[in-house]
Amino acid sequence: MSARKFIQDFTVLKNIRLNPRHFVMELLAPVKLPALFPGQFVELYVEDSPRTFLRRPFSIHSVNTATNTFQLLIQIKGEGTKKLSSKSIGEKVNVIYPLGNSFTLPDTSDVLLIGGGCGVAPLLFLAMQLNTNGINPRILVGGKSKKDLLELDEYRKYGEVLITTEDGSEGEKGLVTDHSIFSKEQPGFKMIYCCGPDPMMKKVAEIAGKYKAGCEVSLENTMACGFGVCLCCVTQTLQGNQRVCVEGPVFNAKHLGWQKT
Amino acid sequence: MPDLSITLGKLKLKNPVLTASGTFGYGEEFADFIDLGRLGGIVVKAVTGKNRDGNAYPRMAEVPGGMLNSVGLQNKGVDYFVKEIYPRIKDFTTNVIVNVSGSTLEEYVEVAEKINELAAIPAIELNISCPNVKQGGMAFGNVPSSAREVTNAVRKVYKKDLIVKLSPNVTSIVEIAKAVVDGGADILSLINTILGMAIDVEKQRPVLSTVTGGLSGPAIKPVALRMVWQVHKGVKVPVIGIGGIMNATDAIEFMLAGASAIQVGTANFIDPGVSVKIVNGIEAYLRFHKINSVNELVGALKTD
Repeated sequence: MSARKFIQDFTVLKNIRLNPRHFVMELLAPVKLPALFPGQFVELYVEDSPRTFLRRPFSIHSVNTATNTFQLLIQIKGEGTKKLSSKSIGEKVNVIYPLGNSFTLPDTSDVLLIGGGCGVAPLLFLAMQLNTNGINPRILVGGKSKKDLLELDEYRKYGEVLITTEDGSEGEKGLVTDHSIFSKEQPGFKMIYCCGPDPMMKKVAEIAGKYKAGCEVSLENTMACGFGVCLCCVTQTLQGNQRVCVEGPVFNAKHLGWQKT
Repeated sequence: MPDLSITLGKLKLKNPVLTASGTFGYGEEFADFIDLGRLGGIVVKAVTGKNRDGNAYPRMAEVPGGMLNSVGLQNKGVDYFVKEIYPRIKDFTTNVIVNVSGSTLEEYVEVAEKINELAAIPAIELNISCPNVKQGGMAFGNVPSSAREVTNAVRKVYKKDLIVKLSPNVTSIVEIAKAVVDGGADILSLINTILGMAIDVEKQRPVLSTVTGGLSGPAIKPVALRMVWQVHKGVKVPVIGIGGIMNATDAIEFMLAGASAIQVGTANFIDPGVSVKIVNGIEAYLRFHKINSVNELVGALKTD
């Protein structure tokens, strides 16, 4: 059985706009936070947003147990996320948490994290956890352009950051999967953790296979409930359809059939 | 303290609030949020004869005031239910009702027969109204003769309370209701989802993998209310109202229209604690209006 879930009103402590399309929201828990793990997500209720019928799922970006807070990195996609982006300090947000499984911590210190766009969100929490376990991961992030790269200095606290941009305005030009580390014979990673668009993650899984490295990916299927009852967010796996919100969001790429064994 | 208890057929409920199949899992998923014992009953996820993997992703489209789904009855089949799930849920202190689905008449009968053996299940809800499967489901529920036939076949093997869940995707729901009562239904529940669709204009493609799906949520409440009112006037068996109930006020509307009980569906996705809030809200309404029993609300709509 999974860990106990809660539905509680959190208080907005910070709401920081990173660029026109992204913001970080820091939320204060009303009681002591239970143990949270990298890869898990939460479901926020959006008030006064008639076109937003369902809650919105967001992966946990970072956790601070000392201040009893967590942060979410959110991309503004529609009315719901726009409403959340305009929440003021001190306002309440109703949260269901913790949801989903988490990344499996590695048995190697040669770890590569790969994030595309807003897919970097859960990787900060993972990088923090890896640091606690004495591992400094390399963190490869990609975006369309320099202005799409989010919070690079935050990620640099926990490991070496590698960058690709599609227009070449920062780091290497191209997609994350075009990065020069993937042309080396010995790229120096035995485990990859990845979050981003599906085509990117599928390509990353192939690359991991080529180097005989492990690969876990975090999926972002649309969901209605987030806690396992609606069966809307399923993904195809080698064992049939599984729920991204319960059996995921983190899956071993082999289990999805994305990485050949 | 007003009396919230109601009786449906032989079924005794501590209050008229049930949860709708497909929105409440097997109840276990909600144990962190509510005391299941506070509910009149729960209707668990549809059970079919064999394992079903359901439809391909995407299965959900959010729309204003609701959502479309095309899950397609994903479940592990009746034998798995009996062996693995039933032992975990049989001691819940509420009525656990099983939603029975199938693709053929024989499959409905097989599932009903196996559920009939389960002592802790006091009733089944026959799902002849799922819009998301190619065969069976709604195909049985939208023609009076086949609706009567499948109800009658199940009636012969199922000895406890038989609820039949009706589809709104018909010309006359009253005709279907009468046929199903004629076939031996003890109780009717309505409505299932309304067939709908959503389009992504950027891709110029349907949002759902199945093109069409079932609409649920407050968007369908006026249609559901109208159908409950018509069916309540048209048949003599008790009716369970379903369709976009988000709060106690919505639930009371359904009861005034003629529902003896109600099911909370899609609202569970947004607030997993909403079903108990609705129980409390109905009680507060009765208290405020100095009504002794919830039964006094059933069909009490004034139209003069």
